[in-house]
Amino acid sequence: MFTLTPLEVEALRLSLWVSGWAVVASLPCGVFCAWLLARRQFPGKSLVDGVIHLPLVLPPVVVGYALLVLFGRRGVIGAWLYDVLGITLAFNWKGAALASAVISFPLMVRAIRLSLENVDQGIEAAAATLGAGPFRVFFTVTLPLAMPGVLAGIILAFARSLSEFGATITFVSNIPGETRTLPLALYALTQVPGGEAPAFRLCVISVLIALATLVISDALSRRIDRRLRG
Amino acid sequence: MLDILLKKKQGGFSLDVAFQSDGAKITALFGPSGSGKTSIINMVAGLVHPDQGRVSVDGRVLFDSRTGINLPPARRRIGYVFQEGRLFPHFSVRGNLTFGMALTPAEERFVRFDEVVEVLGIGALLDRRPAKLSGGEKQRVAIGRALLASPRLLLMDEPLASLDGARKAELLPFIALLPSRFHVPILYVSHSVDEVLRLADQLVLMEQGRSVDFGSVEDVMSRPAFSTQSGGRDVTTVVVAQILRHDQENGTSHLAFPGGVIRVPLLSAPIGRHLRVRIDAGDVMLALQRPTGLSVQNIFAARVAGLRSENGLVDVTLDLGCPLHSEISMQACADLGLTVGMPLFALVKSAAISRSDIALHDPSQLAIVPSPVEEEG
Repeated sequence: MFTLTPLEVEALRLSLWVSGWAVVASLPCGVFCAWLLARRQFPGKSLVDGVIHLPLVLPPVVVGYALLVLFGRRGVIGAWLYDVLGITLAFNWKGAALASAVISFPLMVRAIRLSLENVDQGIEAAAATLGAGPFRVFFTVTLPLAMPGVLAGIILAFARSLSEFGATITFVSNIPGETRTLPLALYALTQVPGGEAPAFRLCVISVLIALATLVISDALSRRIDRRLRG
Repeated sequence: MLDILLKKKQGGFSLDVAFQSDGAKITALFGPSGSGKTSIINMVAGLVHPDQGRVSVDGRVLFDSRTGINLPPARRRIGYVFQEGRLFPHFSVRGNLTFGMALTPAEERFVRFDEVVEVLGIGALLDRRPAKLSGGEKQRVAIGRALLASPRLLLMDEPLASLDGARKAELLPFIALLPSRFHVPILYVSHSVDEVLRLADQLVLMEQGRSVDFGSVEDVMSRPAFSTQSGGRDVTTVVVAQILRHDQENGTSHLAFPGGVIRVPLLSAPIGRHLRVRIDAGDVMLALQRPTGLSVQNIFAARVAGLRSENGLVDVTLDLGCPLHSEISMQACADLGLTVGMPLFALVKSAAISRSDIALHDPSQLAIVPSPVEEEG
């Protein structure tokens, strides 16, 4: 059978850790942006829409470089974060999570936005006439009814984070145990002689994880769907 | 006391309504589709913002464009039963029912959960999801959900429109008893004459965004403006009557009304029940002398109270203790030499009054017993 080498375990553990944090940290912001785009009309909406979608069409290297400029130790935001909060993002797993979050953000927002648009606003109005203020309506009616889309957004973003490479290697480099996730480990192996066999093993692991993610998400969304349909 | 004055422009459509309803249990907003009925109750609920106007319920101002008062829907305490139910699909029936109740401060709750469940007959449905309910059951739950928030006014937007005839007949008595049972007045949107006859005390007649007439159901329905609105029917008269006795042998029921006793095809309702009877003006014939040797059973001594000609026909308003409209040709009017104040006889054929012209309408609504829960459909 398949036993993982310590290097593989490390890369896998790091990948799941980084992707998990990327999704968890960006979810509230993703839900808010999705709601903004689905339900609000404001000047400059298409610009906001464009900025959110930018990572989807830009080369990941560009995103990584932009993150380096903004969030590096001497970057505009990075310097402030370090001086005021003592947080460093450059060249550690937190930076890798940030890179993954930014890259996968448009996918998350798109999925959530779509399901928010499909929530019957008549049901929200009914909740309002029963005495529920806007926040209560959102958290007891809108969000539960949009749950299938939220789940889809989470899974998509998680899967995209697992496969993130370009922005990560540009922003936080390829440091074993710190930023060397599965794709980066795979890349490193292809750069050394005799790395073909270990590289192939990493390929198989990547495929299995991706497949597992999709199967689990499918089962979950079925279950939520059944709950909503009664 | 409901005081409503609303103005709003929506594209090419302008809405302009004003009416007060004092002491009415059920006030009907009646008019054809597109006359702005739903827009009005949406504004009363706070779901749509009027350009200007005023909405107050029992002296509590919910909206006033002059003073800038505009309570959000959540703080209006106005219940709303939508045409399509709009239940929360992710909650059980119980969850739906208690949603508004839980948000109502305990000291302001005057509608009890057990009582609503019992009256609406939904006790067996509490653990089901809305998706597993039939249309009639959904509307009952929707009514219960709105009631349990202890509203000061209940809005109902054609709650029976999506149901078939049998379900409608089943739900009507429930709605009729709500105001007295739960002390909540109702503003009821409808374009069905039958529902209005059955349920409403007062009537607001809507036409192209305007409230063109307002008053008691009997008064408004007996005025010509109503007949032009309700699909080009003849002028009708609506009278309040009470069942005196049933004549099984001759297949008629005798009803007392302010003009005397009128005989109609045999009814099944018990003696003493209050009814509304609608009499088409075209079914009322006139005679100068009391006729003999006629099949007509209902002959009333009357006096001409008014004459109004329209489209080659004359609408004769008779006074026989209550008003009664008769529609005759101009020629007939000339032949009879009708003038205001003239005494004559009005003839109404029993068979011309069909079952659909008679509606149970008990001012006290005490005689109604809830029927058992319908089977799952």
